[in-house]
Amino acid sequence: MDASAGSYAGVRDSLRVIVATRLRSKQKDDFGTVYKGHEGQWSWMFHRITGVAVILYLFAHIVDTALVGWGPEAYNRVTDAYKNPAVHVLELGLVLAVLFHSINGIKITLIDFVPSLAGHIKAVGRTTMLVFTVSALVVTAIMGRQIIDLL
Amino acid sequence: MATTIDRPSASGGATPPQRDLRTGRERPVGGFELWMWLFMRISGIVLLVLAVGHTLIMHLPADGVERVDYNFVADRWASPLWRTWDWMMLTLALVHGVNGLRNVTLDYVRRPGVRFAMNMLCYVLGFTLFVLGTIIVVTFQPDVAGSGT
Repeated sequence: MDASAGSYAGVRDSLRVIVATRLRSKQKDDFGTVYKGHEGQWSWMFHRITGVAVILYLFAHIVDTALVGWGPEAYNRVTDAYKNPAVHVLELGLVLAVLFHSINGIKITLIDFVPSLAGHIKAVGRTTMLVFTVSALVVTAIMGRQIIDLL
Repeated sequence: MATTIDRPSASGGATPPQRDLRTGRERPVGGFELWMWLFMRISGIVLLVLAVGHTLIMHLPADGVERVDYNFVADRWASPLWRTWDWMMLTLALVHGVNGLRNVTLDYVRRPGVRFAMNMLCYVLGFTLFVLGTIIVVTFQPDVAGSGT
């Protein structure tokens, strides 16, 4: 954008940062700047999406489990809601989200505690995706079969 | 944006900061944020056993969650092991998740008042659910009269 290095470079850079931040805050498709154009951008985004999805489910899941304290009738009524094919498909999505978040979380933790791995980010990222893809296929096969059996 | 966190998303740079691949990813420099950074990783490793284990145990065996009803929970919570497992999972997952939401809020909610309100909502909800879950998992007594359903 601005390649010239003037004597007021510091001031100019500060202004540019302020303007850029203002502009960015107006954009709806802004997913943060951390990995834009870097390795790991997509896994970073899916880590967020799956993390938010799982915590929102956890909020609901604590409440539905707590109903066990209100006796069999209340608890069985709420667990019956989980027992239909459409909800089982959502359930598969939840398990896949937990799997992705945990496997990608191991990758993040490994890179953070073994910094030299960051130099091999492409190989680490590909290995992570391979592990996730294989476990996702296994889980989808097992749960998918159960859903089909229930139909 | 001036925040107390030393990380790229909060630095407001016009271009993405170049990461030094020899020294790894950026992390908070100290204080609360560094402790939370460490907590996320350690609780993540523990949750790998507790939460992923819970997920696989509940959803993969034959019939999956079709098995789950009042008697199923009563049988499980007859064992202090599962009560301890579930309470640790409740605690770690809530703190891990609410701190995750706080980080997401820091990145996307830029108006201070809205950000404060969002965070407070998450903290209050998280704390309320922690209290509710703790009371239930500690005090649960099977309803003998209803256990024949």
